[in-house]
Amino acid sequence: MYFDAIAKVVADRTGCDVSAVKPESTFTELGIDSLDTVELLMNLEDELNIEIELDQPVATVGDLDKFIQSKQG
Amino acid sequence: MLNGKVALVTGGSRGIGAAIVKKFAALGADVAVVYAGNEEAARKVCEECIAAWGVRARAYRCDVSSFSQTRELVAAVKADFGTVNILVNNAGITRDGLLAMMKEEAFDSVLDTNLKGAFNMIRHCTPLFLRSRGGCVINISSVSGLMGNAGQCNYAASKAGLVGLTKSVARELAPKGIRCNAIAPGFIRTDMTEQLENNPLMSTIPLGTMGEPEDVAEAAAYLACAKYVTGEVLRVDGGIAM
Repeated sequence: MYFDAIAKVVADRTGCDVSAVKPESTFTELGIDSLDTVELLMNLEDELNIEIELDQPVATVGDLDKFIQSKQG
Repeated sequence: MLNGKVALVTGGSRGIGAAIVKKFAALGADVAVVYAGNEEAARKVCEECIAAWGVRARAYRCDVSSFSQTRELVAAVKADFGTVNILVNNAGITRDGLLAMMKEEAFDSVLDTNLKGAFNMIRHCTPLFLRSRGGCVINISSVSGLMGNAGQCNYAASKAGLVGLTKSVARELAPKGIRCNAIAPGFIRTDMTEQLENNPLMSTIPLGTMGEPEDVAEAAAYLACAKYVTGEVLRVDGGIAM
């Protein structure tokens, strides 16, 4: 589960409250465009000290969580 | 002018690429020199940059047509230099011949190195640009790509493709402060053009002579610093393609 880490990075970036970030929140709703998600992932790499390459679009916070889980095995 | 910047130049061991490497080093940039085969030449360019301008310089072997090799290359440059600020896609090959007789492999190999190579490099450098909130890509196209050239359908297609790639990348990444431009050199005195000295096309150059690699390097230095310029194709061709 990377949800908490993602929520924190999203909150840092957009200035919203961490509790406002839900698994079903779309990045568009959160004011994050598709290129921003690539940037967001880099912040996550620093936060979690892992390396992940985003090679497909992700719509929601939950999707990104699942994507990272799939990459981390 | 480029102090503190890291420039990665493909095809940097000789010709136009080597001239760009030296120009950038002279302006204070650290340089990652990427070569396909000529390790000695690449090393010599690096040694010259270190001795003459006191910058950091290192040579890397890479086949830019390989997605995986370019990923490893960018990771290695990141490990050594911290990031990449300026990417110059200069690596290029020719396999000239008449279309009616051209082998499939001659078409594919030119497209793979010249066009896909540039995509591969931009693809892997973009995360670094996004991370540092800015970046600059310079693709070395050619007047062949703008005018067409009999006997160069593969090369001209790859160089015209670079123009489309340049403009798309420029539009896509402009909101992130990342610029992408191209240079279209004409006939420049390098190993690639040494058989062209007596070509009838030479007499059609308005300025009357071939250009030097340093002429292209000047344009690259301008584009590296031109913060309000993106999506531009700058001809450095003595006027041949106007």
